[in-house]
Amino acid sequence: MISNLRQAWNDQKIEILIGNLLRIGVMISATLVLCGAVVYLSRHGMERTNYKAFHGEPSEYRTLSGIIDQVLHFRGRGIIQLGLALLIATPVARVAFSIWGFLAERDRMYAAFTTLVLAILLYSLVGTR
Amino acid sequence: MHVWEFTALVALGSFLAGLLGALTGLGGGVVLVPFLTLVFKVDIRYAIGASLVSVIATSSGAAAAYVKEGFSNIRIGMFLEIATTIGALLGAFLASKLPTNVIAIVFGTVLLISAYSARKPRPLADRELPPDPLATKLKLNGSFPEAGTMRSYNVQRVPAGFSLMFGAGALSGLLGIGSGAVKVLAMDQAMEIPFKVSTTTSNFMIGVTAAASAGVYLNRGYIDPGIAMPVMLGVLAGSLLGTRILVRAETKWLRLVFSVVIVVLGLQMLIQGLRGKI
Repeated sequence: MISNLRQAWNDQKIEILIGNLLRIGVMISATLVLCGAVVYLSRHGMERTNYKAFHGEPSEYRTLSGIIDQVLHFRGRGIIQLGLALLIATPVARVAFSIWGFLAERDRMYAAFTTLVLAILLYSLVGTR
Repeated sequence: MHVWEFTALVALGSFLAGLLGALTGLGGGVVLVPFLTLVFKVDIRYAIGASLVSVIATSSGAAAAYVKEGFSNIRIGMFLEIATTIGALLGAFLASKLPTNVIAIVFGTVLLISAYSARKPRPLADRELPPDPLATKLKLNGSFPEAGTMRSYNVQRVPAGFSLMFGAGALSGLLGIGSGAVKVLAMDQAMEIPFKVSTTTSNFMIGVTAAASAGVYLNRGYIDPGIAMPVMLGVLAGSLLGTRILVRAETKWLRLVFSVVIVVLGLQMLIQGLRGKI
């Protein structure tokens, strides 16, 4: 019973830490997207949109190296895309931190489950090009 | 349409979707894709990419608030995420293979079903249940604070819940939504997890599930910065405001209005999809 309570308390402490990490990730990402939006709209605001046909994003907006290259050239869309990539990375970071949390509690079964989830996420990010 | 005009209108619509979604608990993500495809004639693949990004934003943004209350169960969440992430990968692959009008038909059907299931009162998993051997082995049983004490619960029917969560993940990856309705079905009805625990845990899981398909979407070029930017910022602002005022708001009428909106959009998606116009 006591060990159960202690486990619940540790879970909670780790979860609060992770929850705050997620929120900070979202805030940084939203700030980046907003900054990118200002640059993008100030340059391209008067152009016409056409999203009726699907072309797929060019490679500079699909890979991290491409996105960083766009950011270094101070392209608004590149800065937005960097914010979005960071947003996608926050749940991945959450899962990675959870592995550490379960290991700290010596819960091998859940450390293994969490590693499996992380592997699936990483496969989606880098294995599906 | 000019870029600034498109950005402003999409941001406004996304803000309202996020606000209504948070206030009614129906999730704003479900209306975003029909809103973008039907009103702004955006290709459904771009719409799905933008919607999925906003799902991650709301899930991660709200996570910290939910965790502090001590309702969510990280083990249930992590165990079921194995099913949802594999499903999400599969769904995202399907999205790149299926013709767009088939996706629109599936989307319309899901909208109609979720409007129907939101109409019914939520079941109360309040029964005292005996521990299930598999759930005990997987350490899924837990407790949560209620009326000053800790109430414990025993999770039921793990295989059924796990399979349903795979389906929830696949729908999420195919349509770019959080698929909260299927998650509630799996956790509340099949696994009989108490409502407070299931909603907070599933909210936590939505972000991880969405990230599994977002990688595929990003690599396939579905995520367009010009569309995702106003959607993500609008939904995030709307849902954050929505959770702030949630406590005091009278949601019965809002739920009704929002359900009608969902039905209309669902029918439109079905009709346009069947006509091959999407």
